[in-house]
Amino acid sequence: MNKKLIIMFVLFLAAGFNQQVIAGELQSLRGSVDTDKNSKAPELKKYSKDGEPIARDYVQQPPLIPHKIKGYRVNKNANKCLSCHSWKNYRESGATKISQTHFEDREKHVLANISARRYFCTQCHVPQVVSPPLVKNNFKPVAAITGE
Amino acid sequence: MNEKKSNCNDKFICRIWQLLKKPSVKYSLGALLVVGFISGILFWGAFNTAMEMTNTEKFCISCHEMEDTVYQEYKETIHYSNRTGVRATCPDCHVPKEWHHKVVRKIQATNELWHKALGSIDTLEKFEAKRLTLAKNVWRAMETTDSRECRNCHNFEFMDFAEQGRRAVKAHSEGLTSGSTCIDCHKGIAHKLPDMREVDSSAVVGDK
Repeated sequence: MNKKLIIMFVLFLAAGFNQQVIAGELQSLRGSVDTDKNSKAPELKKYSKDGEPIARDYVQQPPLIPHKIKGYRVNKNANKCLSCHSWKNYRESGATKISQTHFEDREKHVLANISARRYFCTQCHVPQVVSPPLVKNNFKPVAAITGE
Repeated sequence: MNEKKSNCNDKFICRIWQLLKKPSVKYSLGALLVVGFISGILFWGAFNTAMEMTNTEKFCISCHEMEDTVYQEYKETIHYSNRTGVRATCPDCHVPKEWHHKVVRKIQATNELWHKALGSIDTLEKFEAKRLTLAKNVWRAMETTDSRECRNCHNFEFMDFAEQGRRAVKAHSEGLTSGSTCIDCHKGIAHKLPDMREVDSSAVVGDK
């Protein structure tokens, strides 16, 4: 009987403690907000409409997209990016052509057209917004690329 | 005259025809003119009103073939929702503004009624199977009219290249000199593209 009471008492305490933890403030990198309240939505960032190609920061970095890609669909039927960046179209459009590595399958066999594993551009290539970094950091581009 | 009339004594259509052929003896020319003039206006107005009614988005998407497919796709695009709140609805792009082009298009559209009755694209699968054919029809029409419906709003001469991005400036200034038409580059801006393999195989995945 005593044992049971003690167990119940401990459980009761534990439940109370748990609730306190839930109601307490949660510390996250993006600021702290009570979990029962909605956090303020961050301001929408605008993608730059168009610009010159952006230099790479490190070796093997997938080049960044220096323009807006809103509404550009990439699916089984068509790839909007390739309508400018494909080997057939890059001269006329003045776009950077896709790398030769994009024609290889995973056994390194070279195909006649873009490989399915390299078809979904935004898996690696992303457009940019002008925005301060979320976390303070000391990142510096590789000197071998920037020459600094 | 009387003999002829007796020839078709109780056939209704025949009697009406005889009545129409007979010169008026009862009404003055003036009265007939006024009545004819007014009923002409009414008929013309009714005709145009009915045609305008078929020129609304509401009418277009009253068929599920339109509402479930191309309309849903269009709702995600800039012609439906944009920063200035100007919207181009179905007829703005798909029906000419000038009267005689419009009537020609409306007569062509009777073919669409026929296919509605046949159920040619009454499921999503059937629609997807025909998407390339249907898209090509629209592209061909726009190529032959030099993208006339686009140019109701967009005009090369009115474009301020200084406001455009560098990609747009290049493409538009080259397009202007080479005589390209809008649809040459701007395919799939309001609806999803069909399989583009035969249009540009370099922009589709696959080893063909």
